[in-house]
Amino acid sequence: MKETRARLRLSDRDRDLLDGRCGPGARMAMTILVRMAEIQEAEEMMDITQAHVDSAIYIGEAGLEFAERLAGLGAKVSVPTTLNVSGLDEHHWRDWNVPADWAEKAHRQMIAYQTMGCQPTWTCAPYQTETAPRFGQQIAWGESNAIVFANSVIGARTERYPDFMDICAAITGRVPAVGLHLTKNRAGQVLMRLVDVPRRLQEDDSFYATLGHLMGQIAEDRIPVLEGLKVTPSEDRLKALGAAASSSGTVALFHIVGTTPEAPTLEAAFQGRGPQSTVDITLSRLRGAWQTLTTAREERLDMVVLGSPHFSFAEFARLAPLLEGRHRHPDVKFLVTSSRTMKGLAERGGLLEPLERFGGQVTVDTCILATPMLPPSVKILMTNSAKYAYYAPGMLGTRVIFGSLADCVQSAVTGRVIRDESLWTG
Amino acid sequence: MDRLIRGKALVAGAATGEALISDQPLSFWGGYDHRNGFIIDRRHPLNGESACGRILGIPYTRGSSTTTGVLVESVKAGTAPAAVVCNRTDAFLSLAAIVADEMYGVRIPIVLTTPEDFEALKSGQQVEIRPDGTILIKGET
Repeated sequence: MKETRARLRLSDRDRDLLDGRCGPGARMAMTILVRMAEIQEAEEMMDITQAHVDSAIYIGEAGLEFAERLAGLGAKVSVPTTLNVSGLDEHHWRDWNVPADWAEKAHRQMIAYQTMGCQPTWTCAPYQTETAPRFGQQIAWGESNAIVFANSVIGARTERYPDFMDICAAITGRVPAVGLHLTKNRAGQVLMRLVDVPRRLQEDDSFYATLGHLMGQIAEDRIPVLEGLKVTPSEDRLKALGAAASSSGTVALFHIVGTTPEAPTLEAAFQGRGPQSTVDITLSRLRGAWQTLTTAREERLDMVVLGSPHFSFAEFARLAPLLEGRHRHPDVKFLVTSSRTMKGLAERGGLLEPLERFGGQVTVDTCILATPMLPPSVKILMTNSAKYAYYAPGMLGTRVIFGSLADCVQSAVTGRVIRDESLWTG
Repeated sequence: MDRLIRGKALVAGAATGEALISDQPLSFWGGYDHRNGFIIDRRHPLNGESACGRILGIPYTRGSSTTTGVLVESVKAGTAPAAVVCNRTDAFLSLAAIVADEMYGVRIPIVLTTPEDFEALKSGQQVEIRPDGTILIKGET
């Protein structure tokens, strides 16, 4: 393999950070960033003006040690920094199956990141809050679904930041100038054309999660451009699409011609270069993707879980009328995962009362994948989230059923899986 | 006969072990159990295999930002692969190896190959990774 030697130029400020003149915490962060910049063959470092940190999620001792070491060295963030989900619903974990020793460590990790000056937003949908970045803003975000939304839907610019690197960027305000920070790397690569996909299906929310799941499989780590959408998708549908595509694939940026800000035209989406390949998305291909999101073969279900990414106010508003005058089946739990902010808005909007009367619950700060909250009796989950459907079998050992929001509610009421399959048969 | 592949050491180090190879990308979060080193992504061809102490070959990592966190946890728990070979410059794998080095002084080599050279790697081969990025496949012609 040809050896290429990166020539990384560091600014005076970079050297101050690296040599410890800004404190030992900043030195540790900058040392890691510079090693990464060399691997990524960056020519220079660049400023970011906001960060979203995924590293506060507790998964084990090493992540906690890393956080407490940085905080103990006095590291502080130098740009406005929000926090992704933690490993704990800070005030309600005792309502669930979370072991006390897990809670203690996950909480220490939450404290360590707040000590460094991060805002305790605890959400994987930071783009739906008032801290959302603006078009063209250079940012350093962790959390795959947040990254793809920020890049694609807002047109802010972030690389896919791994855990640990996001907080290092937040502390130093610097990142390697590579990847999606640079205009030339944001051109589309794969053209995905919707062919004969019925409008009725395009108007259903489960279409967007399914399309995203397929998009990730097709695009892998390339930038997909979608053409032929007949419906202007809502923010929550774009959220579902991106979360699915960044689970099944490595998609960090997609363009939808006529919808997303860097794709007013097909030519603009490809920056005039044209696609490397073109793939037709047909109904039968979508049906195949839809089927693979379901792994359970049973007719019964133990739980419906909604809200990956975190449920928004608009989603609470769509859910509430579906629940009016109904109650969940006694054998089926019904859970919504969201943020404190959105739960608070939903409460003020009178949207939580129908959920409570239905027998549903809300968890904040975290999600079923990030905290060991579910009792072992939960074996079969139903969800409208492709991300939950993708990860739950491996991480939780559960079987899953993927369905629309209405399917999920209907199944929770009857205690049997009910799905409107007519949408997928054309 | 042994076969030599000239890779690039993204994170330099030495390792030997039995190869565990797939042409499919892997998310470590939701795909790798850091408590025991087993691959647990039901949709991945290596599901059910242990990568602990082996030379893991995947083209790149996909999905979650927490992939790096899981790999660092596995280093701490002693369940990490001995080395990882990839065919794209993978920031997630590289960062995990850098953090493991900074935190614990443990070197998990991360080696980049061309896609063509990557195809020479097969599960079950005895493989040596050298600090200069060379991959030695033992007993291959």
